[in-house]
Amino acid sequence: MSLAVRVIPCLDVDGGRVVKGINFLELRDAGDPVELARTYDAEGADELTFLDISASHEGRATTMEIVSATAEQVFIPLTVGGGISSVADVDRLLRAGADKIAVNTAAIHRPELVSEIADRYGNQVLVLSVDARRTTDGPGGAGAGGSGWEVTTHGGRQSAGLDAIEWAARASELGAGEILLNAMDADGTQDGFDLDLIAAVRRAVTVPVIASGGAGRLEHFAPAVDAGADAVLAATVFHFGTLRVGEVKDSLAAAGHPVRRETASAPPV
Amino acid sequence: MLDYGSGNLRSAVRAMERAGASVTLTADLPTAQEADGLVVPGVGAYAACMAGLRAIKGERAIGRRLAGGRPVLGICVGMQVLFERGIEHGVETEGCDEWPGVVERLQAPVVPHMGWNTVEVEQSPQTATTLFEGIEDQHFYFVHSYGVRDWTLRTNDRTRAPLVHWAEHGGDRFVAAVENGPLSATQFHPEKSGDAGAALLRNWVRAL
Repeated sequence: MSLAVRVIPCLDVDGGRVVKGINFLELRDAGDPVELARTYDAEGADELTFLDISASHEGRATTMEIVSATAEQVFIPLTVGGGISSVADVDRLLRAGADKIAVNTAAIHRPELVSEIADRYGNQVLVLSVDARRTTDGPGGAGAGGSGWEVTTHGGRQSAGLDAIEWAARASELGAGEILLNAMDADGTQDGFDLDLIAAVRRAVTVPVIASGGAGRLEHFAPAVDAGADAVLAATVFHFGTLRVGEVKDSLAAAGHPVRRETASAPPV
Repeated sequence: MLDYGSGNLRSAVRAMERAGASVTLTADLPTAQEADGLVVPGVGAYAACMAGLRAIKGERAIGRRLAGGRPVLGICVGMQVLFERGIEHGVETEGCDEWPGVVERLQAPVVPHMGWNTVEVEQSPQTATTLFEGIEDQHFYFVHSYGVRDWTLRTNDRTRAPLVHWAEHGGDRFVAAVENGPLSATQFHPEKSGDAGAALLRNWVRAL
């Protein structure tokens, strides 16, 4: 009896369609988000994350409709991130049916946003998404990122001038209820999670940590949990059917980690 | 379903409909009192929820229904406000006081308690569980930093003892659900707990 490790498929949504970049550069269309959400739910996904990468207002409005449609049909928690910069944005998404909101760049520019959202809606709705990259000069280096990891923006291309571990700790003190940790070096490589990064953040915060970036094979998931992750997130491997949610759970269970197996029969939706 | 400004209720309404209920969202006391069942949802801070509830005299609707033996289901903070009081960030807020007990911060290494957990379903010779029938071993979705860590309601032989179901996280134990005559409540979110949550809601609706 204990809390199950969550397996979370992430859907990058642009203008109503799901896309996933390989290292955020080459986009490939992988389907309708509502259909994908239903499929993942049926496969046993514990939670879903929509990352809105739309550049336009029209694209954002479409995402809102997709969030509503998903919340009407899928009865597992839904996190939405991407471009959220104000309490009003959060309010709109929660009203549309999101359960949690992930903030990233806007919180870097204005950390008070974290406490503003937490004060209004509680820290349980607020996920801090951190795009962390290894610094070139390693731990103890001269620049930002004395821990060996720095915060980046623009899909990992620009340094935000913040130490990633310190930022995660500070944001959780400000009111972030969870850390979504994206390892930018590992993202898209399918070579496995950045275990040192997960362990460093786990030591620095007392809120749940979601490991993201690098999942490629089944044997990658259990070590992320061993390193301290409370949940594991992946996109590409799920969208293209390389791995199934159930298989990931099997691999976690085989390594001794608790997972959720649903056997109740549901009333029709 | 009591609408007192506690966030988005769309999923909760849809989940209740899926469980077979015809749902009315209302802040109107007579409507809340007359329904076959009343759901009290709740997300966010205890003090804000209590203020919202009092603003529509929701605690009175709950009290009157219970006096008449009419079912009420509290969910998440909607369960917490049924207790005597809540303490968040050092601020103490008086609750509906239907049950003795204090809502306080969880003592676990990782808080919020966020995700899917199992429930230790209590069954007594006199009272079988209604809510968890057929889903005793399932996971339910929790997301909370506060909980009731000590159940203090004493019962004697002449009262039918309530069923108190517990959950555990990081070594801390807290009330996950209560079934007490017409008053039921869950700390977890059945409306977000997939098929298991749907089955629990259907169990409650069927018993109305």
